[in-house]
Amino acid sequence: MSSHKMHGAGRVSAAVERANDFKGTTKRLFGYFKTYKFQFILVILLIIAGTILSAVAPKILGSITTLVFNGSVAKLQGVPGAFIDFEQILVIAVRLIIIYLVSAACTYTAGFVLSNASQKTMYNLRRDVDNKIPKLPLRYFDSTTHGDILSRVTNDVDTISTSLQQSVNQFVTSITTVISVAVMMLSISPLLTLIAILTLPFTLLFTKNVVKRSQKYFRGQQQSLGRTSGYIEEMYTGHNVVRVFNHEQTCIDQFEQLNEDLYQNSWKAQFISSIMMPIVNFIGNIGYVLVCVLGGILAATSGLAVGNIQAFLQYMRQFTNPIGQIANIMNMFQSTIAAAERVFDFLDETEEIPESEKPKKLDHIEGNVQFDHVQFGYRPDRILIHDLNIDVHAGQTVAIVGPTGAGKTTIINLLLRFYDVNSGSIKVDGVDIRDMRREDLRSIFGMVLQDTWLFGGTIMENIRYGKLNATDEEVKQAAKSAFADSFIKTLPEGYDTMLNEEANNISQGQKQLLTIARAILSDPPIMILDEATSSVDTRTELLIQQAMKNLMHGRTNFVIAHRLSTIRHADMILVLKDGDIIEMGNHDSLMAQHGFYYNLYNSQFASSQGA
Amino acid sequence: MSHVIGYLKPFRAKIFLAVLLVAGQSACDLLLPSFMSSIVNNGIAQNNIGYIFATGFIMLLITLAGCACTVGAGYLAARIAAGYSKSLRSAVFSKVENYSLTEFDTFGASSLITRTTNDTQQMQTFIVMGIRVVVSAPITFIGGVFMTLYTDIELAYILLAAVPVLIGILLFIVLKASPRFNVMQKKIDRINQIMREKLTGVRVIRAFNTTEHERERFAGANEDLMKTARSVHRLMASMVPSLTLVLNFVTIGVVWFGATRVDQGFLQAGNLMAVVQYVVQIMLSLVMVGMIFVFLPRVSVSAKRIEEVLTAEATIVDPAQSQPPADHKRGYLTFENVSFRYGNSEDLAIENISFEARPGQTTAIIGSTGSGKSTIVNLIPRFYDPTSGRILLNGLDIKDITQHDLRERIGFVPQRAVLFSGTIRENICFGKKDATDEQVHHAAEIAQALDFIQAKPEGFDSYISQGGTNVSGGQKQRLSIARAIVKNPEIYVFDDSFSALDFKTDATLRAALKKETKDATVIIVAQRISSIMDADTILVLDNGRVVGKGTHKELLASCQVYREIASSQLSKEEMDA
Repeated sequence: MSSHKMHGAGRVSAAVERANDFKGTTKRLFGYFKTYKFQFILVILLIIAGTILSAVAPKILGSITTLVFNGSVAKLQGVPGAFIDFEQILVIAVRLIIIYLVSAACTYTAGFVLSNASQKTMYNLRRDVDNKIPKLPLRYFDSTTHGDILSRVTNDVDTISTSLQQSVNQFVTSITTVISVAVMMLSISPLLTLIAILTLPFTLLFTKNVVKRSQKYFRGQQQSLGRTSGYIEEMYTGHNVVRVFNHEQTCIDQFEQLNEDLYQNSWKAQFISSIMMPIVNFIGNIGYVLVCVLGGILAATSGLAVGNIQAFLQYMRQFTNPIGQIANIMNMFQSTIAAAERVFDFLDETEEIPESEKPKKLDHIEGNVQFDHVQFGYRPDRILIHDLNIDVHAGQTVAIVGPTGAGKTTIINLLLRFYDVNSGSIKVDGVDIRDMRREDLRSIFGMVLQDTWLFGGTIMENIRYGKLNATDEEVKQAAKSAFADSFIKTLPEGYDTMLNEEANNISQGQKQLLTIARAILSDPPIMILDEATSSVDTRTELLIQQAMKNLMHGRTNFVIAHRLSTIRHADMILVLKDGDIIEMGNHDSLMAQHGFYYNLYNSQFASSQGA
Repeated sequence: MSHVIGYLKPFRAKIFLAVLLVAGQSACDLLLPSFMSSIVNNGIAQNNIGYIFATGFIMLLITLAGCACTVGAGYLAARIAAGYSKSLRSAVFSKVENYSLTEFDTFGASSLITRTTNDTQQMQTFIVMGIRVVVSAPITFIGGVFMTLYTDIELAYILLAAVPVLIGILLFIVLKASPRFNVMQKKIDRINQIMREKLTGVRVIRAFNTTEHERERFAGANEDLMKTARSVHRLMASMVPSLTLVLNFVTIGVVWFGATRVDQGFLQAGNLMAVVQYVVQIMLSLVMVGMIFVFLPRVSVSAKRIEEVLTAEATIVDPAQSQPPADHKRGYLTFENVSFRYGNSEDLAIENISFEARPGQTTAIIGSTGSGKSTIVNLIPRFYDPTSGRILLNGLDIKDITQHDLRERIGFVPQRAVLFSGTIRENICFGKKDATDEQVHHAAEIAQALDFIQAKPEGFDSYISQGGTNVSGGQKQRLSIARAIVKNPEIYVFDDSFSALDFKTDATLRAALKKETKDATVIIVAQRISSIMDADTILVLDNGRVVGKGTHKELLASCQVYREIASSQLSKEEMDA
């Protein structure tokens, strides 16, 4: 069940990833905005209004300058009655103040509404992702690395969130700015506008080139970073091995090579992206100078208002900036859509086979389990279980034994319908488990796995997980039966002790005890047990075995057995090899067969006999 | 932070040059408006077209110079920043490689990984920003104010009145926003944690039918995050409009008062136009500084985290005067009244442990979880040092020989089998770099790994993926054992290393190992009594103390704890045998 196909996926990502279905994904992402359609429309309208107002302002400001310039020049030239018209300047200034205030109000309100709409949209996206998880078959989780799924539901959603907040705003602002500024420039002087627009192709061409080149370096940097991080991760996780084998210096030497490589890629990427702004500015500045010169000539010869030159210069600055920004946003948008596509891929994963339409529910569960000609393989071309027939009566204990990789956990996967059989059927009290709702089926089973899964919460909460409405008293009772009570009491905060993220503030054996307590609390008719090979120590094991004996009493039990005592007391032993049951019976009858089980059993003492 | 900043020292000359270039760039930017104003004053007002052209030409040259300065500064900034983060990464990595487990455990592997990668990358981004913005903003600010003062002192007063307002707004937002950003980050972490738990616990969640409960748990965290993110973004939404508003009002003020100054004949109209542009540049530079303040808390966290790694004192160091390891004796390991406690823990993990292991003998350690078995073996290669007592190797205190010499003599198989990405051969050769093919083959054979290796199409050249995810737990353990065997060490330490093996493999492996390790000292920690019952000496541990010592038979007769363990695993016949 290892996942070859996910080899290294998710780590090395190119600087700008592209979505496979750009259009479809974009459309679907926009579908998420629908719920807040009116808010988004309001945001766009407000941004457009605010931007247009702020685009109008420089020309009005320029008219003040014109009044000042004309008045002062006339005064200097001694034109009679010449003066600077302060009354009119005041009127214009008041108008400007109003424009600025309204524009700011629009921009702020837009941002405010956008925060609400975009964050709620993200809330919905996260919710959908979360709701998808229970619907996916276990096959999906077994064949995809956790890191990959996690990165989809966290990093990718975060990417979308950030870009939604920023790029919606910037995108609308930039487009509106370019258009309204172009209109304003045209209204001042078509000739000057032509010059301003002539610089555009240069800017665009250059920007496109730089972006293209820088992507190569950014990809290099990203790959280099991925390799370096991977190396660091590996060496740190294996720290004690590195140290005990005296490999520190070799590791440092190898790391230095990766680090140098990262440095080379990194500075180039950094540099190439840093020359974008100055050169765009340079082209812009050439335009600036040309406008100064040409505007000056126009003003001197054909009476272009001086204030308009000033306004025009401001427009030029506003004109080139958003164009660079749009290029940026497009890049950001690309990676957003790529992220969205990955999230949608996750949402589109094939779901579990739907529940049977007329589910059967068992009122009283006896606990008889029957495997009837079961055939199963994780992959259709690799059948693991060929033809399994077992008849387990209520109250019996079935021990499943066999070498690693023999398919012992497969039986559990099938019983709980984590996977469905290829053919044949599994019946509980005569009812095909596929005719029951999964929830009803699973409520019949209790489970203690080797992999002790606990979550970040108190010990009390973790045990209560077996029965969510259990009282504190019931939880403590279960802990006592699992012999966990005594160690819990020695913890400073007892049952209220918080387990941290890796739950490494308690030992592996203690974790095992908690999962047993959890299973005891759930009190199921059928128990599934994967006996620990190493995590529960021998002495605690004795206690657990006593608890288990009580727990198993009166139930049907399936035990992946590693302990001889369990095996010996089992009503039925299934000996698995390469996925198939090769021997079946109780301890004595199997020993009498002198077969695989006999060897397996005896080999345990091979060394002591040989000594 | 001083330590982290110290790594900038080698770049002093480059930084100085970069600052000069940035200053040049700012100066060029500031010069343009003043030339424009002379075009207006001298060109347009006097209809002097030749002057307009001449000035325009000079402006082009200035523009070119400014551009050259910026590109140069960008080049230097990229070199400095990338080089700086490289040396930080290097320093952190080498430091961590030499950590003993005490330091390693205090940080934890995942935290150390982020510190080496993300945090150094943050520093790089900050340095680039620092050179390009931190340097240019004050220069532009001072230059702009100076140019305004030079043009007209009275006009500069408006500017001086506006600056505190602007700074006030920036401070208000930054001070309010940065703690909220921290809260938001914590809530994102929380969401990620729940998600991770749901993925790793998918079987348990389904088996216990707690899907609905899990949905509510996530929805709660999701809503919590949404509310915080919304409030943060609302706050940030007010930044740009309010700053723009101040900027615009200042411009109106400048134009208004400028007009009266022009009217009074103190100022020319062209100069007024220049001042309007200076004002814009000054205000923008302040906003840039504001951006730095938004970024600064995050960087200082990164810097602090790197600093912590770099300044952590190594608790285990080589002796100043190391003894050459004794060559006349091999494989004599002695514990003398060794006690050990982890960190600040109140209780001793092990107490007064004494035993001697000799060549050709197997010493086994058994006991319940938390009884201190692994602790004992972790002291042997000096992953930790004893709190009291001493450990002798061939008569020398292991603290008196170098860690390198000590570990050279130990073949250690850890509890958790760690493999590295690379071929199977490379993984086995980790134990002995120059091992021959025969040696590798032999080691694999003893470790019972040969069958599955040869079953692979590429045999010893099969690739092990990172974390060994493409081999089973039992196979990982066997490779990790082969890695120790190929080393042919004086002392073998097996820390519960047979746990993932089935009984049969376990038994065959131990039988093969026994032949191989005839002259070596073997120390085995185990849970299964069958793995150790033929050991020469068995130490029974309970709560960090030795409660029994002897052979299997002796202990069955004399040690209550051992009897309990045995009776839980062995049948009555085997107990009596």
